[in-house]
Amino acid sequence: MNKTVKNAEEAVRDIKDGATIALGGFGLCGIPENCITALVKKNVRNLTCISNNAGVDDFGLGLLLQGKQIKKMISSYVGENAEFERQMLSGELEVDLIPQGTLATRLMAGGYGMPAIFTPAGVGTEIAIGKEVRKFKFNGVEKEYLMEYAFEPEFAIVKAWKGDTEGNLIFRMTGRNFSPLVAMAGKITIAEVEELVQPGELVADQIHLPGIYVNRIFQGEKYEKRIEQRTVRKK
Amino acid sequence: MLDKNGIAKRIAKEIKDGYYVNLGIGIPTLCANYVPKGINVVFQSENGILGMGPFPFEGEEDADLINAGKQTVTLLPGASIFDSALSFGMIRAQKVDLTILGAMEVSENGDIANWKIPGKMVKGMGGAMDLVASAKNIIVAMQQVNKAGESKLLPKCTLPITGIRCIKKIVSELGVYDVLPEGGFKLLERAPGISVDYIKKSTAGKLIVEGEVPEMKAD
Repeated sequence: MNKTVKNAEEAVRDIKDGATIALGGFGLCGIPENCITALVKKNVRNLTCISNNAGVDDFGLGLLLQGKQIKKMISSYVGENAEFERQMLSGELEVDLIPQGTLATRLMAGGYGMPAIFTPAGVGTEIAIGKEVRKFKFNGVEKEYLMEYAFEPEFAIVKAWKGDTEGNLIFRMTGRNFSPLVAMAGKITIAEVEELVQPGELVADQIHLPGIYVNRIFQGEKYEKRIEQRTVRKK
Repeated sequence: MLDKNGIAKRIAKEIKDGYYVNLGIGIPTLCANYVPKGINVVFQSENGILGMGPFPFEGEEDADLINAGKQTVTLLPGASIFDSALSFGMIRAQKVDLTILGAMEVSENGDIANWKIPGKMVKGMGGAMDLVASAKNIIVAMQQVNKAGESKLLPKCTLPITGIRCIKKIVSELGVYDVLPEGGFKLLERAPGISVDYIKKSTAGKLIVEGEVPEMKAD
């Protein structure tokens, strides 16, 4: 089944104002650079974005924030972005901060067909307010767990290292992060890849995400792959 | 009084052979530099690494290989990479033996606050709430007294909490403490040159001192 689209513009063609989009990436690592650029150009607005982070001021989701295209962010950590902090504190931007493992597992639940999960993260804290709490015995210990719902975003956008025209994806290093989970949660999933190959060129049992979860795939025009914290040691 | 590296060095002594360890951002990251010789330890980074190595040599940085603090890192032989759901899965299932993290406040019943200062710092909890809710063994690295001279070992946290009744051990600039199940900070060791009286003045929560409290061994 050939899922190839021409480019980022075609991939995001039906994303409209008010859409909910989950995006892969951790910090600036493994983010779908080409689709983000296409969304900036398209100037869609009032977006709800589910993404672990919000980019930096001039890269990643920060670009959509600069243009005030995002209405609501659902993230676990947004520390690297001054414009984000300004919009949040002024009330322009709605923000739902949730634990990182909860975010990952809610996305996974979406792709696994499970409507909800139970996690101990956040029990007794302000994020537990209004949530159902249940006691379970696990690993020999009884404790409280919060019920958290699966994410079912209309669109999911991820970046992989390699993909084939069937939508099968392989990620590279920690570029994997949330991406397979984001991809499996989407109703319509868009994958941009550094290298698009023909079916059979990827080894079947090395594929990280099977193409059944991917609706559209294209090879990104270019990747800047910016490094957020360049830490090195001397030779 | 211990500096950041002194705190990291003392905590590193708690790392045992064969441990899988998750290090938080800040002082905890420094602990990796002080793992005792002959101890085999595997570092987990919650963005999806087991077997994380040191920073890369200049010119060998890889944008696709970062740790949970978004710093460029390397992999050691035997390392593995996985997605974020699996990463927090192994944390929830308590496969990770030791978690070392920073705190802004700890209460005498083991509650921790380290993610939010309302109206000021709102960066998000990242993986902290998952880690404190699940880890079986957590050591906190923290400044016990802030710049204004206020104690951060409290009867009750004043900041929004990250997790309840989860902290069992603390290493600060002044000493090493167990947080007792029945409540209270039990002083185990004093930092070099710090008296029990000084520690008493610097602990707002219930402090338990039994017998002679040894000074931390310098090495």
